[in-house]
Amino acid sequence: MAQILAVDDSASMRQMVAFTLKGAGHDVTEASDGKQALDLAKSKKFDLVLSDVNMPNMDGIALTKELRSLPDFKFTPILILTTESGADKKQDGKSAGATGWIVKPFNPDQLLATVKKVLG
Amino acid sequence: MAIDMEQFKATYIEESLEGLDNMESNLLNLAPGSKDEDAINTIFRAAHSIKGGGATFGFADISQFTHVVETLLDQIRNGQREITQQAIDLFLQSVDCLREMLAAAQNNSQADEMRIADLKSQLDALLASDGASSPLNEAVAVAAVESTADPQAKTSEWKIHFKPFPNMLATGNDVVRMFRELEELGEFQATVNFADLPALSDMGVEDSYLGWEASLKGECTLEQIKDIFVWVEDECELEITATTVNGIKEAQAAVTDENSGKCADQHHETPIATTTSSAPIAKPSVQPDNKIKDKTERRSGAESSSIRVDIEKIDSLINMVGELVITQSMLSQFGEDFALENLEKLRDGLGQLERNTRELQESVMRIRMIPISFAFNRFPRMIHDLCNKFGKKVQLKLSGESTELDKTVMEKIGDPLVHLVRNAMDHGIETPEVRVAAGKPHTGTLHLNAFHQGGNIVIEISDDGAGINAEKILKKAIERGLVEEGAELPQAKIYDLLFQPGFSTADKITDVSGRGVGMDVVRKNIQALGGTVDVQSTLGKGSTFTVRLPLTLAILDGQLVRVGDHTYIIPLVSIVESLQVHKKNVNAIAGKAELYKLRDEYLPIIRLYEAFNISPDSTSLENGLLVVVEGEGQKAGLLVDDLLAQQQVVIKSLETNFRRVDGLSGATILGDGTVALILDVAGVIRVSQGRFNSHHDSINADGVAA
Repeated sequence: MAQILAVDDSASMRQMVAFTLKGAGHDVTEASDGKQALDLAKSKKFDLVLSDVNMPNMDGIALTKELRSLPDFKFTPILILTTESGADKKQDGKSAGATGWIVKPFNPDQLLATVKKVLG
Repeated sequence: MAIDMEQFKATYIEESLEGLDNMESNLLNLAPGSKDEDAINTIFRAAHSIKGGGATFGFADISQFTHVVETLLDQIRNGQREITQQAIDLFLQSVDCLREMLAAAQNNSQADEMRIADLKSQLDALLASDGASSPLNEAVAVAAVESTADPQAKTSEWKIHFKPFPNMLATGNDVVRMFRELEELGEFQATVNFADLPALSDMGVEDSYLGWEASLKGECTLEQIKDIFVWVEDECELEITATTVNGIKEAQAAVTDENSGKCADQHHETPIATTTSSAPIAKPSVQPDNKIKDKTERRSGAESSSIRVDIEKIDSLINMVGELVITQSMLSQFGEDFALENLEKLRDGLGQLERNTRELQESVMRIRMIPISFAFNRFPRMIHDLCNKFGKKVQLKLSGESTELDKTVMEKIGDPLVHLVRNAMDHGIETPEVRVAAGKPHTGTLHLNAFHQGGNIVIEISDDGAGINAEKILKKAIERGLVEEGAELPQAKIYDLLFQPGFSTADKITDVSGRGVGMDVVRKNIQALGGTVDVQSTLGKGSTFTVRLPLTLAILDGQLVRVGDHTYIIPLVSIVESLQVHKKNVNAIAGKAELYKLRDEYLPIIRLYEAFNISPDSTSLENGLLVVVEGEGQKAGLLVDDLLAQQQVVIKSLETNFRRVDGLSGATILGDGTVALILDVAGVIRVSQGRFNSHHDSINADGVAA
């Protein structure tokens, strides 16, 4: 069981991600934007962060950069959820320090497979 | 693991509708050529989420449609495209179209495909125009998932050269995990190469210095192996070589980072998207069974009765219940060994229980309260559209949007408000030319204002338009036979004619208002909610329609009155005053109808015992009390035997438990368990007037005009 932080401004996506991961036995904390996620990350350790890119207040790229500057999140896997299949968002994510990405749309099975890949 | 996506659809639809509202209001504030980044980003994000969710939750049509909108918005966001009025209008139409598609998805019905296709082609045309590079060939993600890559020849043995760059670990990627995945593909062996390992003193603890030469024996494709390294392909040297081939063609494929300068092949450029999402997406929408349909219907039924509640309200409720539990345990302790000296404490405890109960009740009621902005939100768009239609210029002012009222009231007040706003737009505010000629500013103002007053919410719709021409109304009313020729009516009475069935002063009938149906229906709907509507107007300056509504339909502040051994409840809001009857102020007309002279007004006296045919303490006026009430603009004095307590009562519908009764709006259960009937004041006045009118046709005019 892993502690997972799911960040997305879309409630339905959060609900889907959380439901899927909880079903696989993980503990999921939800945040609706980067700022909220960062605040949570400052008070709690997570084994994995899943973050949307386009969000109000703080986007997923900025969040990744901020998280990487926290000692607890130096090597924590951070996956970006992005609909932009174009290479630039992935590239932005990678240069900000993201571990990898999941391309939307994804189904629960794909999500679980990817999470398994990162958590081992 | 099979996870049913159906359960997330309701949330998706709800959030998408909110997103569309947000998009709409930002679009309406956007001027052509605007550079308002916040607004554009908000609009983009809404479209983006709708598209992404649509694809995820199986609404391919919504996703595909939104994709075009999103692409245009992205170009605007990146400064590749100017915002034109045409674009804004198309986006607004798209918002409507998406609302329709979401509603169709919700009800499992069909959206208007012609309209969607038409709008989509207009959007495509806009996209194709003025040369901004079209990322459309990126294709909708839904479609991309379907197009699985050609199955590649399976090879049984691979050689892998893998050398992470020093900083690869800093992105949270772990070599162990990748190797573990490779092990799943077949027999995997790796030899570590630590040639680059520096002296201990030069070693960075967070850096990676190792490289691996590995062999993999197993039936797998190049894609599968590359997939494992997909996140790190720019952060390592990677070479994958097939050593033996089982397929038709011999292949030597190697992937390496360009920077590393080693041999590279074109595979490096192959799109990653197809590999990361190669598992087929579940598409519930194509499942042909009826299960989906049933679920959808059930869901849409559930949604209309759901409510979003601020977490603060729930917390306060939980607090309140906590207090109640404490009070309860305190009281039960008294009960265990009660001594008379504890009587005072028991009283205190009961007092506390009463406070707790009232607070709990208020908190529960507050849960049903939502801000009026839910009803106001539709107006900016409506005004925008109506302005275009009438060639008028109108600025909409909203205030008091956070004023809260009961959800049920809110749902029912929407249509009457729309009608009043349309009416103001059509009849109230003049065209710019007429306004300028009258010395008024070229742009009219429509003001929607909401506030609490006592137990009511008041909504004012005011315009600075032409005002209501009382003479014209009177003339029309005489033409229609609603008023007798030559009658002199006070202004308020004339305005009241507007709400008469079949009355319309529109010179020409438009499709917006002026069909002669409406204002009477508006009043009827508002009255059905226990509210009132009235109008003030100054010719040439404008009009104000004032709607007063109870905050909730579930609870009522009532005055308990006694008639004989029956208890009735009069809604506190309709009581003006209560007084003892002085014989000298009573005038009887033709022996039957009685009028009471109160200051300079004459009120018809309604003996409640007569109205309900029960026996009172006394039939003499002096022995009773007169409760002066007002309903539908009519005042009357209700004769009762006694005034009892004032209290809040929970309204139980008579219609659902018994049947509709004229003069009664419901019933309630009192503290002692008896049932008391709640008076519908306007109804009582109407019923008793019906009786009077059979004797005296003119009681109405006589009774009110003093």
